Amino acid sequence: MKRKKQLRLGLVYLILIVLSAIWLFPIIWVVLTSFRAEGTAYVSYFIPKQWTFDNYIKLFTNSSFPFGRWFLNTLVVSVSTCLLSTLITVGMAYSLSRIKFKFRNHFLKIALVLNMFPGFMSMIAVYYILKALNLTQTLTSLVLVYSAGAALGFYIAKGFFDTIPYSLDESAMIDGATRLDIFLKITLPLSKPIIVYTALLAFIGPWIDFIFAQVILGDATSKYTVAIGLFSMLQVDTINDWFMAFAAGSVLIAIPITTLFIFMQKYYVEGITGGSVK
Amino acid sequence: MAKSILDDHVSMPQTFKKGSWEIKLSFLIMGFANLVHKQIIKGLLFLVSQIIFLIAFVTQVIPGIMGLFTLGTKTQGMEERVIDGVKLQVAIDGDNSMLMLIFGLASLIFCAVFAYIYWCNLKSARTVHLLKTNGQKLPTFKEDVLTLTNGRFHMTLMAIPLIGVLLFTILPLVYMICLAFTNYDHNHLPPKSLFDWVGFTNFGNIFSGRMAGTFFPVLSWTLIWAVFATVTNFFFGIVLALLINTKGLKLKKLWRTVFVITIAVPQFISLLLMRNFLNDQGPFNALLQKIGLLEHPLPFLSDPVWAKFSIIFVNMWVGIPFTMLVATGIIMNLPSEQIEAAEIDGASKFQVFKSITFPQILLIMTPALIQQFIGNINNFNVIYLLTGGGPTNSQFYQAGSTDLLVTWLYKLTVTAADYNLASVIGILIFAISAIFSLLAYTRTSSYKEGAVK
Repeated sequence: MKRKKQLRLGLVYLILIVLSAIWLFPIIWVVLTSFRAEGTAYVSYFIPKQWTFDNYIKLFTNSSFPFGRWFLNTLVVSVSTCLLSTLITVGMAYSLSRIKFKFRNHFLKIALVLNMFPGFMSMIAVYYILKALNLTQTLTSLVLVYSAGAALGFYIAKGFFDTIPYSLDESAMIDGATRLDIFLKITLPLSKPIIVYTALLAFIGPWIDFIFAQVILGDATSKYTVAIGLFSMLQVDTINDWFMAFAAGSVLIAIPITTLFIFMQKYYVEGITGGSVK
Repeated sequence: MAKSILDDHVSMPQTFKKGSWEIKLSFLIMGFANLVHKQIIKGLLFLVSQIIFLIAFVTQVIPGIMGLFTLGTKTQGMEERVIDGVKLQVAIDGDNSMLMLIFGLASLIFCAVFAYIYWCNLKSARTVHLLKTNGQKLPTFKEDVLTLTNGRFHMTLMAIPLIGVLLFTILPLVYMICLAFTNYDHNHLPPKSLFDWVGFTNFGNIFSGRMAGTFFPVLSWTLIWAVFATVTNFFFGIVLALLINTKGLKLKKLWRTVFVITIAVPQFISLLLMRNFLNDQGPFNALLQKIGLLEHPLPFLSDPVWAKFSIIFVNMWVGIPFTMLVATGIIMNLPSEQIEAAEIDGASKFQVFKSITFPQILLIMTPALIQQFIGNINNFNVIYLLTGGGPTNSQFYQAGSTDLLVTWLYKLTVTAADYNLASVIGILIFAISAIFSLLAYTRTSSYKEGAVK
């Protein structure tokens, strides 16, 4: 019996090792590629024949693909988006969870319906509205668009607020606290996990979106964010010169994002299962 | 006397009928009741908003709304102009159908906002009257403002986000829905030429006209893809989670982290890598040829059938860790008594999985599963980054063999400029999503509780 168990455990280890290899392989490959000095986009081997740091240096010195500039752009956009959308999401979620006002239920249903339309559908119209406001090809417009989306993404945060007992609010109100006081001094301090989750998600958004950014920024290369910048390196006429640099850029982006994600995976699970997993 | 007649439950027409003269005048001159009762600032604000609205109504709103209609009635006029030479005429009139449509819709929204202010004015007049007849003190402007931090705190929190929603979600959405009923395609591009209302022609086109040959294959592939992508990820994700949770396995956290890393890498990076990796000249083919398994490279992404399988497999690589992460959380919380009891009764591992673990996970994850299914119908990233919808299919209009409805929509807007068709597709995607969401709603009570109370 014990032997059988050990055999089974050994098998599990074996499967997991094979699977891990499959899953990690592309990631290791991109790291290796980022140090490869020779060849073009497609080579028939994995381990570089010559190692170099030039791909990383190229990213920050070449002016046709100004990666450093893109990195700063993205940082500016994502920090602003993070602040704005966290405020918006938390405000919306709090109102819809705690305050009973007239159109609350209608609003919740409308928001649900609005969320079901594919975002790309309104993309072109958004572009023309931004153009009317004279904002296309600016980073401000990106912040606006990303943050406006946050107003309808309140469901997870609302679910969290719903779990905070309402009696806390009531007793504070009896003591004469206003809604504002309750929001700032009771609800917010209790909601740290969901605020962190919302903020991180909003922060990551601009680093990985390349569709809206592409449409809004058009050909203004100096305003690009890293996602469209890196994507633009892989066009047919540039891929052979730039694939290794793309790999290097990917590594540079993936490190901070991965760290953030591993840090917030706990909140992520809670968000998906609607708090049914504690 | 009025006290008993006018409270919150009396409708506005009745308020008008039964109200005093200052209420009646408030229907005509906004803020009048407030001004009479010395709520000067509030009254003035109402009055100013009315004046602004009236000016805007004459100068902006009427032309705007007319523009919405002329889009429909100018059909003949437009055709006559084509003979004269379109460019000149348009330049003189400044008729840009697209802008007219947007301004028209914006005017409508503007009117709706004003209607709300107007309604607030009436309510305010009624309240003032009510407080006065009851002999209560009227709130000062400062007190009114302070209610924004208390009784009307939700307004403070929601005002700015709602403006954003109105401007960047609702207006564009209504606009795009309107486009589905126009002939705004690559032949009718403003400002060069006008487009016009065409009713349900586009829908007919998609369902039975020249687009049907593209639409139905794309739709069926979308659904097949969504089913396979969801089921494979779900099933293998749970298997992986169970493997990692095997009793006696060491370093569980490390194993989990290995897989979580792949979620964390931004999708556009991992998918673009995969595209390169699976390319005909890419390293994977090279490796297979080197070890002698193949003589010619396999067309992983360049053959319609191969590409479909490749996409589903790559999606498993992308998606399994997600399910694993969530399922792990659930598995660790499952009550262990049942499983132990079954094991004592001699149930095999597989039986335990089939009859106890899996059903329980399924129960908890059904809402997430349906959401994933909808997400997969709209899974733009995997398709766009991996194959770009390709390989090209000469029988399809503007779509490749692996295009989903969403990526087709994207191509129709960005490359083909057939906005009307794109809008119809968008509406249809919405309809499909809505049907499945409804299913999620009615099926799971927990979801219902969480979302809409």
